[in-house]
Amino acid sequence: MDEKTLIAKRVALELKDGFLVNLGIGLPTMVAAHLPKDMNVFFQSENGLIGMSALPEQGFALGDLTDAGGAFIGALPGACAFDSATSFGLIRGGHLDVTVLGGLQVDQSGQLANWMVPGKMVPGMGGAMDLVSGAKQVIVAMQHTAKGKSKIVSKCTLPLTSVRRVDLIVTDLAVLQPSDEGLILKETAPGVSIDQVKAATDCELIIPSNVPEMQITA
Amino acid sequence: MSKLRTLEEAVAATPEGAVLMIGGFMGAGTPHRLMDELVRQGKKGLTVIANDTARPNVGIGILIDAKLVAKLVTSHIGTNPETQRQMIAGETQVELVPQGTLAERIRSGGFGLGGVLTPTGVGTTVDEGKQTIEIDGKTFLVEKPLKADFALINAKRADYYGNVDYALTARNFNPLMAMSAETVVVEAADIVPVGVIPPDVVVTPNVLVDYLIATENRHG
Repeated sequence: MDEKTLIAKRVALELKDGFLVNLGIGLPTMVAAHLPKDMNVFFQSENGLIGMSALPEQGFALGDLTDAGGAFIGALPGACAFDSATSFGLIRGGHLDVTVLGGLQVDQSGQLANWMVPGKMVPGMGGAMDLVSGAKQVIVAMQHTAKGKSKIVSKCTLPLTSVRRVDLIVTDLAVLQPSDEGLILKETAPGVSIDQVKAATDCELIIPSNVPEMQITA
Repeated sequence: MSKLRTLEEAVAATPEGAVLMIGGFMGAGTPHRLMDELVRQGKKGLTVIANDTARPNVGIGILIDAKLVAKLVTSHIGTNPETQRQMIAGETQVELVPQGTLAERIRSGGFGLGGVLTPTGVGTTVDEGKQTIEIDGKTFLVEKPLKADFALINAKRADYYGNVDYALTARNFNPLMAMSAETVVVEAADIVPVGVIPPDVVVTPNVLVDYLIATENRHG
């Protein structure tokens, strides 16, 4: 199993029946494919839809039914459409159960930077700041390291997305939970040792006496 | 008096340097014929308030390609390298606004509010130079309302009076912008007799709409 699939499968375990969920572009989008078949989760597309689904088949693309990346999507029975103020009212008003986003850096205090690299990448924050500030639960899904450098750091050096502490970090090596005392190592990826996680992390971790392995099915 | 205008007339009414709100999200729900005509008439020095600039040659991206935009208030330019190039080169001034805040700033402009208070952006680069207010122990940013000279709207249907409804995710910022501009121009896929759109289904009330763009003859 590749690293991204592992992360997506682990994040999927956090979703519950009836949840309203927003998935970011890229890796987070993969989470939808790994839910149990009988689980009823509502996916919100922040451009104004609850009940998005994959395009049913080629040829059914409709220019007025797109996701936040502008790609053609489908809508499930029971879907509903609304304007951008309502969409972000759902996000900012505490109605969104979970947002899953990618990350550039997460620090020891649980703060996330994921929207710009000064001098290199200035795409704009889109909905990321609203999602992190407003969702009931914020899950960061990302690779533990990039180009040999840890993305888990003692203090974010990149501009913050929000000062709000995220709730869970799922990487290809571990599951980390931010707390008042710091980042708690909750789980390790299959075949990954605690020492390997520590070596790949640029800050202190709180290691409980029992750190189970992620329960991922093949 | 009929609100119906030709495409050419409606765009001719937009002066160079005007402040435009333009509906759409990555091109979905953008009034594409109005975009084409703005380029054809070469309306320069525009201030554009819009969620994004889509991609080069797509949606609002064609205004960027034609270098018509002097100032842009938007949430995301990551999909349009030409917008980023113009921003870095100093050709286009870009104000990046969190998407939810952008929606609420546009809404507050049209709803007569003095702005909005939001926790989004507190403690980030977004709060630079802005007032913060503490309410019940929570910190909020004061975000000011946005208004425009013209709102360019894409709709599913408009009736002869200018009652409007929208299609799926093409709705996005359109109904908010229709509240917040002096002159509202609606490009609808269909223009239908009064009564065809049931009152319960109307999203943008006719009193807000100034011009309707005649539909192209799609059967010819």
